[in-house]
Amino acid sequence: MLAKRIIPCLDVRDGKVVKGVQFRNHEIMGDIVPLAQKYAEVGADELVFYDITASSDARVVDKSWVSRVAEVIDIPFCVAGGIKTVDDARRILLNGADKISINSPALANPELITEMEQAFGKQCVVVGIDSYFNSDTGSYQVKQYTGDESRTVTTSWNTLDWVEEVQRRGAGEIVLNCMNKDGVRDGYDLEQLKLVRERCDVPLIASGGAGTMQHFADAFNDADVDGALAASVFHKAIIDMQELKSFLRKQNVAIRY
Amino acid sequence: MVCSNLKIVIVDTGCANIASVKYAVERLGYSPIVSGDHEVIRSADKVFLPGVGSAGEAMKNLAERNLIELVRNLTQPVLGICLGMQLLAEYSDESHVDMLDLVPGTVKAMHAEDGLRLPHMGWNSITPVGVNPLFKGIPTGTYFYFVHSFCLPVSDVYTVASCEYGDVFSAAVCKDNFYGVQFHPERSAEAGAKLLKNFLELTE
Repeated sequence: MLAKRIIPCLDVRDGKVVKGVQFRNHEIMGDIVPLAQKYAEVGADELVFYDITASSDARVVDKSWVSRVAEVIDIPFCVAGGIKTVDDARRILLNGADKISINSPALANPELITEMEQAFGKQCVVVGIDSYFNSDTGSYQVKQYTGDESRTVTTSWNTLDWVEEVQRRGAGEIVLNCMNKDGVRDGYDLEQLKLVRERCDVPLIASGGAGTMQHFADAFNDADVDGALAASVFHKAIIDMQELKSFLRKQNVAIRY
Repeated sequence: MVCSNLKIVIVDTGCANIASVKYAVERLGYSPIVSGDHEVIRSADKVFLPGVGSAGEAMKNLAERNLIELVRNLTQPVLGICLGMQLLAEYSDESHVDMLDLVPGTVKAMHAEDGLRLPHMGWNSITPVGVNPLFKGIPTGTYFYFVHSFCLPVSDVYTVASCEYGDVFSAAVCKDNFYGVQFHPERSAEAGAKLLKNFLELTE
């Protein structure tokens, strides 16, 4: 049976892993390679590295650490941040990354999703979506350039429409980051995830809000996501990977031993 | 660290997962060479045939490098990984192309029914079929990392491990000196390392 995936996310800024609350006030958590290695050893199913400054700084992710990670890691990993062209993506894949995640550049140029799908196959193409619930309008809106608060813009895309559009264009996986929940640790946005799940035929990864082991169980059992991504609960050792996995198995979630 | 004089060649198929395969073999203490050179490949003790992308693209890459006949005529153990395993088949419904025709069977699209998502992406458990040295010490239920939308159906003769996602399909095949795995051992943690080690330690 296909297992649900637990995915620690390492936000990278200037070669260090950082963690902010709702995209602000970043604190340094440690060096990339030893942290990545540690997560692979304790049983993470996959890793995501987000260069959170890259999109807003108009530079591509520094690739040197990608091959250093690939040398030591024996689980799949995805690289995100400022990848704007097929050539950017190719360089990172050739350095040993398994997948490429695009977010702001896909909004700026949706054709990029199709070009990447044609060049590498959809299994390499992840689209990250930063979605914000606007309580005034009662709708989910897609945000762009969230790596830099001063440049963050609200796009004209409604989240559910964008979810359908990126699949039509060749996305092989969607990471839905529910911005209202980011770093708050009071649970994944199950309402939104359920709405997106109905429209999503490719693997869906929940992001934003994990605080307890039960939150992971809820995302898998209630919203039927394929993977759950989290950062601070792992970096700050609030949740132990092996305890989480045995907890989820007891809740009848298919989990890799 | 194991130090070995074994000559291991990873065929330079121009596909994207070559670096990860090379690093995984290096982690086991070997020094693999990535090459498209005919003489280098022919003289190897063990050959890896990696693959990521589409069937048509991969066959085109092999043809451009004049590698099709060369790979067909190899007599040492060859391990095709992911699309590299599909390349061993007769034909692929993806891109509708003839493959290397080393293992009987046609690569088919997987079916996304009953709420199953495609690509089949993530860790899935396998069941070894019969006794094959590739799966020595790897029990039923071991998880490996898969990423694919096409698969080789189960064969009574050539399937050496199966996996279930909607339908049951070949997780691994073997015919003569040609081995193929649909999953990515280079990304399958300890289980993947074990399988790669088994392949590298095969005695003809």
